[in-house]
Amino acid sequence: MLVSYKWLKEYVNLDDLTPAEVAEKLTRSGVEVDAVHSLSDGITNLVVGKVMKCEKHPQADKLNLCQVDVGESDPVQIVCGASNVGEGQFVAVARVGARLPGGMKIKRAKLRGEVSEGMICSLQELGFEGKVVPKKYSEGIFNFPQEMTAGEDAMAPLGLDDTVLELDLTPNRSDCLSMIGVAYEVAAILGREVNVPEPAIVASKEKASDYISVKVEASGDNPYYGANVIRGLQISESPLWLQTALMAAGVRPVNNVVDVTNYVLLEYGQPLHAFDLDRFGSEEVVVRRAADGEKIVTLDDIERTLSGDHLVITNGNDPVALAGVMGGATSEVETESVNILLEAAYFSPASVRKASRDLGLRSDSSVRFEKGVDPNSVAEAGARAASLIQQLSGGEILEGPVEFDELNKNEKEVRISLNKINSVLGTHMTAEEVSQIFDQLQFGIDEKDGEFSVTVPTRRQDISIEADLVEEAARLYGYDNIPVTLPNTPSTPGGLTAEQLKKRKARRFLEGAGMLEAVNYSLTTADKEAYFKEESKSRVKVALPMSEERSALRTTLIPHLLDDLSYNKNRNIYNVHLYEMGTVFHTEEETVTVQPDEKTFLAGALMGLWQEHSWQGEKKPADFFVLKGIVEGLLKELNITGEIRFVQSEKKGLHPGRTASLYIDGTEAGVLGQLHPAAAKEWSLPETYVFELDLSILMSFPAEAVRYEAIPRYPGMDRDIALVVDEDIKAEELEKVIVAHGGSLLSTVSVFDLYQGENLEAGKKSLAFSLRYQNREKTLTEEEITEVHTKVLQALEEKLGAKLRA
Amino acid sequence: MLDRLQELHDEAMKKVAESEDLNDLKEVRIAYLGKKGPITEVMKGMGKLSAEERPKVGQKANEVRESVKSYIEEKEKAFEEAAMLEKLKKESIDVTLPGRPVPKGSRHPLTSVVETIEDVFIGMGFNVAEGPEVETDYYNFESLNLPKHHPARDMQDTFFITSDLLLRTQTSPVQTRTMEKHEGQGPVKIVCPGKVYRRDEDDATHSHQFMQIEGLVVDEGIRMSDLKGIFATFVKQYFGEERDIRLRPSFFPFTEPSAELDISCAMCGGKGCRTCKQTGWIEVLGAGMVHPNVLKMGGFDPDKYSGFAFGMGVERFAMLKYGIDDIRHFYTNDKRFLTQFTRV
Repeated sequence: MLVSYKWLKEYVNLDDLTPAEVAEKLTRSGVEVDAVHSLSDGITNLVVGKVMKCEKHPQADKLNLCQVDVGESDPVQIVCGASNVGEGQFVAVARVGARLPGGMKIKRAKLRGEVSEGMICSLQELGFEGKVVPKKYSEGIFNFPQEMTAGEDAMAPLGLDDTVLELDLTPNRSDCLSMIGVAYEVAAILGREVNVPEPAIVASKEKASDYISVKVEASGDNPYYGANVIRGLQISESPLWLQTALMAAGVRPVNNVVDVTNYVLLEYGQPLHAFDLDRFGSEEVVVRRAADGEKIVTLDDIERTLSGDHLVITNGNDPVALAGVMGGATSEVETESVNILLEAAYFSPASVRKASRDLGLRSDSSVRFEKGVDPNSVAEAGARAASLIQQLSGGEILEGPVEFDELNKNEKEVRISLNKINSVLGTHMTAEEVSQIFDQLQFGIDEKDGEFSVTVPTRRQDISIEADLVEEAARLYGYDNIPVTLPNTPSTPGGLTAEQLKKRKARRFLEGAGMLEAVNYSLTTADKEAYFKEESKSRVKVALPMSEERSALRTTLIPHLLDDLSYNKNRNIYNVHLYEMGTVFHTEEETVTVQPDEKTFLAGALMGLWQEHSWQGEKKPADFFVLKGIVEGLLKELNITGEIRFVQSEKKGLHPGRTASLYIDGTEAGVLGQLHPAAAKEWSLPETYVFELDLSILMSFPAEAVRYEAIPRYPGMDRDIALVVDEDIKAEELEKVIVAHGGSLLSTVSVFDLYQGENLEAGKKSLAFSLRYQNREKTLTEEEITEVHTKVLQALEEKLGAKLRA
Repeated sequence: MLDRLQELHDEAMKKVAESEDLNDLKEVRIAYLGKKGPITEVMKGMGKLSAEERPKVGQKANEVRESVKSYIEEKEKAFEEAAMLEKLKKESIDVTLPGRPVPKGSRHPLTSVVETIEDVFIGMGFNVAEGPEVETDYYNFESLNLPKHHPARDMQDTFFITSDLLLRTQTSPVQTRTMEKHEGQGPVKIVCPGKVYRRDEDDATHSHQFMQIEGLVVDEGIRMSDLKGIFATFVKQYFGEERDIRLRPSFFPFTEPSAELDISCAMCGGKGCRTCKQTGWIEVLGAGMVHPNVLKMGGFDPDKYSGFAFGMGVERFAMLKYGIDDIRHFYTNDKRFLTQFTRV
């Protein structure tokens, strides 16, 4: 909502305040003023000129040589390029030395040999936006529609002596979508009076009902319809005051009838519509629901197809307007119109909202009806418009209006106690202070012993319960005046849950390991994940996506991390290690009907070198075992109980020979491996390693309680063995046999070497283990160790054919 | 004999003085002090001496031995020191070459902001609550006093999945979910961080996905003045002791009275600058007293309980705190961006 300060001052006395002061007060009490624009900013030396003589420039076809009276003894010569300049016009002249918005400075100039002493201005050159400039002046200079005095200051007549406040209204304050509403608000904040104009109607003896009848077939959505009839008017350009008021409010002037309806819409917040009565097509107004598929061409010359949800104004047969949204083209008021029907109606917010939504058509009118207009202003706004039209276009208002009226215009009564207000706000207001506030808001008050009964005017549709009144009291009392306290309720222990703590631990571990945390969008496309998912039909999809790229919820984090790697690689950043902890969305349903299963996944992706110390020539590329080390470390960090196994597996999108599934106590909890070369190619990535874990599974295993174990007092003894086995025997198998036969004396086993190649039979490999034997009770003897160790070696040979390497 | 000893002494001392390394010294030691050395030889002839001369010669011999020995030791020490110095000199390195980097990852700035805020509120007795990102219309809107066709729904353009399921547009649904769990019993004191989604075209200041932190306090006797107090504490802890707060009236369907919370501008200290658009204040969050309808739908009796709620944009906090100028940076995962927050 754009509020002209000049216009606002017609209702409230603001002589002692600046627009900036009023703006600040509005903002601090709940109606945010986004900006304050002074229209005169940057303009100087602008006067009214009268074009005395206008001839073609002798040297240039498109230029005119004008002799302009600027109130001095002699006219000045101005070269003007506008095609609409003409003798006798009163125009806006920027004199030599003048400044115009955008920093332009007017200088004495010679154009094709002719002196030009100033500039005849267009409205755009004076800072008006193109979309509010009347069509008549949009391609050329402006000329005053009325007799002016040459040489007088042009700022005030053009409305440039005004300041516009740009309101950023919250949805509840639709009362401030009108000048009068804003006036009430300003008056309440300042504790001043509001002067609302009384429409003065001089009606003729003829009755409107002789020309038109009104029938409403959908009274629920249209409880009031009023039709004024004005006959014998003459359509013309509106007077300057009206045009400048509209332009300041961001509305383009059209003619003296349409401008009045727009003016009253802005003034009362009540949308109105004028029909050309002679082209209405009948003598009856019938308001009904549209038939499915019924069509109407609206004022913007677009054909709209309607449905039974939409309310239309008809002439008994055809729709002539889309109720509350936009008029129809067939009965539009035109230059030749003489008789008009002026509609002032109440359309229900829901019906207008529905039509506006369905047809993608928002107008100044629909915006106001959607929020609910003031039931007590509908007829008054109609009368105000009729009287203004009569004033400006000379028509005759017939006795009326013709009405259908089932509108509830009762004011609401809301009760509240002083105690409630103070206890919610933490304030210590008195009953007098509260009364004063409600009085400033022009609410009716009946107070007894701190119990208020408040009558709320219908313009404030947003107020219906106690809390609404508390808010009104608070904002006029001033939020700054509310004290600062801490709750005097018992204190509570705060903290994170075990799961939340584990998530933080996991993050800290990965960051300590050198990984950068990434955050990606949840919305993606099914295609992108097809590389990693067997089935992509069971997905959670957005009904009306903004783009295909963001049309479905992710089911895996991996492809998005690959996107990130790719992004970095394209910027010559080759060593990148990312992790992400985020939600993925799984569903079993083909078409989703219930909330999907949301799981917290933890994924990582490694590209390029894992470690690098360039001047020492050391480079360690990320590989499977770097990846596995991270996952193993993470599992330790999370202190997971249960048997952890990495099982060779094949997963879509991953290298079939370099992929493992992670199992905890037999439950698959994640996967890790090298990105399949085909997928790597798709993302233009080098060798890349990824892991993805289901954190919800990991966290379902209880953490192991930590208990101190005595440090052994006796030394342990190490035995290293290199075992030659068939290539396909896994380290895990050998280790299992060693553990199984090492008995209680074996304390740890670890792999320390893998060898394949020369000096070994084809198809064989050598795996070396270090075994530590330990007796917690006493020093081990050589014999004891040898006895166990021999058993271990025997078992390795018997079960897996492992021979000690010579 | 004494002369002979003196002669030997001078000879040995000369040799020691002339020796160039530890080997030379060793030779001198063996030659003069060894069992077969000339001094020992001289001593062997002592038996022929008179009783008077014997102690004198013995004493002289010992003196000679000690003197040579100590000179050798002194030289040895010098040679060792020199050798060590030589060795150390050879081992000298260029300490200005870069060290071997220890792996150091980084926390995403959004996570940093969330965890820091969580911790401030945990310190004030809050718990952290979470909820689903795909929500029902009921939790995202209706239970928050936004019935179907309510004009305020326009404030948030929504990604619907079905007519009833949607991507949550705010973290506020966690309010109702948490209140339901409390079954009408206070106190409730939570903060709820999480991702939210709105149909906005992505640009420097808009993102179709962003993060919020919601907060809720419900108990008997909670006042709007408490909201001010909790926030003054929070703002001072998070943004610094010198920051002031102010509330401005606003509108949210789920709170009433509602407020925007501003903090004094850090760039100009409240005097007015470009960052704060000359106002001296920066808007950081929306808050208000929980609307009675919301309390009711959460199972709390609005006549007995009251509360306040607040919601803040995590990206906005991160942008303010680190001076980040484009919201898209948070979701691009450029290494050059992410590694700037390793110190956080």
